Amino acid sequence: MSEAALATAPAEFAPWKDSQATPLIRFQNVTKRFGDFTAIDNLTIDIYEREFFALLGPSGCGKTTMMRMLGGFETQTEGTILIDGQDVGPIPPNKRAVNMMFQSYALFPHLSVAENIAFGLKRDKLPKDQIAARVDEMLNLVQLGKFANRKPHQISGGQRQRVALARSLAKAPKLLLLDEPLGALDKKLRQDTQFELMDIQEQTGTTFVIVTHDQEEAMTVASRIAVMDHGKIIQVDTPAKIYEEPGSVYVADFIGDVNLIEGSVTTSGDDHATISWAEGQQNLIGIAHDEIPAGTRATLAIRPEKVNIATERPAEMTNIIHGKVLDIAYLGNMSTYVIETPTGQHIKAQAANTRRIARRAITWDQDVWLSFTDTAGVVLTS
Amino acid sequence: MKRFGLISVPYLWLLALFLVPFLIVLKISLSDTALAIPPYTPTLDLSQGWAGFTAWLSGLDMENFTWLTTDDLYWKAYLSSLKIATFSTILALLVGFPIAYGMSRAPDEWRPTLMMLIILPFWTSFLIRVYAWKAILSQEGLLNQLLMSLGIISEPLTILNTNTAVYIGIVYTYLPFMVLPIYSALERLDESLLEAAEDLGCSRLTAFWLVTLPLAKQGIIAGSFLVFIPAMGEFVIPSLLGGSKTLMIGKVLWEEFFSNRDWPVASAVAVVLLLILIVPIVLFQRNEEKQREAGK
Repeated sequence: MSEAALATAPAEFAPWKDSQATPLIRFQNVTKRFGDFTAIDNLTIDIYEREFFALLGPSGCGKTTMMRMLGGFETQTEGTILIDGQDVGPIPPNKRAVNMMFQSYALFPHLSVAENIAFGLKRDKLPKDQIAARVDEMLNLVQLGKFANRKPHQISGGQRQRVALARSLAKAPKLLLLDEPLGALDKKLRQDTQFELMDIQEQTGTTFVIVTHDQEEAMTVASRIAVMDHGKIIQVDTPAKIYEEPGSVYVADFIGDVNLIEGSVTTSGDDHATISWAEGQQNLIGIAHDEIPAGTRATLAIRPEKVNIATERPAEMTNIIHGKVLDIAYLGNMSTYVIETPTGQHIKAQAANTRRIARRAITWDQDVWLSFTDTAGVVLTS
Repeated sequence: MKRFGLISVPYLWLLALFLVPFLIVLKISLSDTALAIPPYTPTLDLSQGWAGFTAWLSGLDMENFTWLTTDDLYWKAYLSSLKIATFSTILALLVGFPIAYGMSRAPDEWRPTLMMLIILPFWTSFLIRVYAWKAILSQEGLLNQLLMSLGIISEPLTILNTNTAVYIGIVYTYLPFMVLPIYSALERLDESLLEAAEDLGCSRLTAFWLVTLPLAKQGIIAGSFLVFIPAMGEFVIPSLLGGSKTLMIGKVLWEEFFSNRDWPVASAVAVVLLLILIVPIVLFQRNEEKQREAGK
């Protein structure tokens, strides 16, 4: 009985944890060189069906090249790429069950919105009424029914973005590639569109691979994020894992705001490590899943919002840092405090502004104590 | 007032350099030829006041235009010009489009050089370049010498003084006018549009038909008019490269004017030519306007 009840509960979507699941996309030791430049360096990764997979990294990290190889616009120098078990190396873009939404949207300026959406369907030589029905369906999906007969230059940027999405989804591809899909939109519209994208991905059940340099966007939409740098994937994980437990200083620094405190390891074990970092300050403890030999140089990465700030020394906290307020940045809903330790290091702490600004207890040059728990930070050796 | 002054500049320009000359030509076309200086009557004599003006007005008639319809030389020349201009335009398009396409696909660092190569011939006198073609196309010319030394032909080809030479001359001369507008249309074409077309199931060839060509359309139309309009009234090329059988209205006009010294008939020929060209000129303007609108 209880088993049946369990089955109806929504299962966590995590096919990458299931050893039985077959990935939709497999990159196997893929390398891509442009002349002397290595864009993708011996990369291996599996992406599963129905995933919303984000490739995140700074420009020039190889994320766009990876996507263009999936679309068929670039061919890898070495290695194999499998889509649905098929080696796609020799298959040209027009023969792949993959569609792409281009960064520039690449809408055909001489065709109307409806004709743009119908473009791919017409190439498949579908009967006319079927094309019309599918175009209508797509227009409804992106809520652009009223604009069917407009030309791309007669609609707004956000509407163009939706036309591009509708056009790339019209052929019901197994895999949709999105190249910086929201890059051209302003912040407010971008946030709304992110949720819309997630809804559409869920509705259509299509596998989405999105390329972005915007970490917030990747965090919002993706089921998994691959953080890339210099043609390599540094870490692949869920947004929460990437944020809470970055595997390296690079990832910690790339995603969100972080304090990086360098020191040397004194003790380690039992999922934790202690580092000594500055004279006159007590040692700090953070998470470390692997044992680190004592004396190793390591970095404690701690997010500012996990750091408490108080005017008096807290009694029951494992990690305590003493310092002076150097700077306060008022962000409306919260404030960021920059604290200078006696040894000259700067550490950021964030606190929600639950009180009116006039009643704030902490001000410039004040002596303060920062504190955080032993599971708030991670000790990283690379 | 300032705004009016600014707008009036182009209008004054057009008035002085287009409308006034046209009205003079129109007036001459309505006059009669005479052995005088200038070689036509009547001339306006303002010293006699209003009477002089009415006398001048009554001296004008449509005789020359009727004359144009009675001699079949004229309408044959118009038709022949139309034919030569049309075929030259098609030929220039067939030669010019691949050149423009190649230029637009060339690596960025090559483009200024290629552009220079297209424009460079303009730095030499047009007449010298047409004379150069005489040297290339004649019986003992460079082309025949080359073909014979290669063993492709045993007898020299007769190209000079035929319509073929006229086609070669017109296509050569007006090619840049075809290439440049098409190039500017193709250069603006975003590469990702072709990738999108391929992504949506087009082969390279269908992508060319469905995306490249429609987007180059405005350039093709502009280039075609820029070749067709001047080719229609072309005089130098047919008289230097064409033979006695090459009939073009520009040549007829020149002969009427300078050989026959019949200014009124020559002017009538010119007025009719202009009327014929007004249609494509208006179409051309409309195309330009459309392009400007689409570019917004």
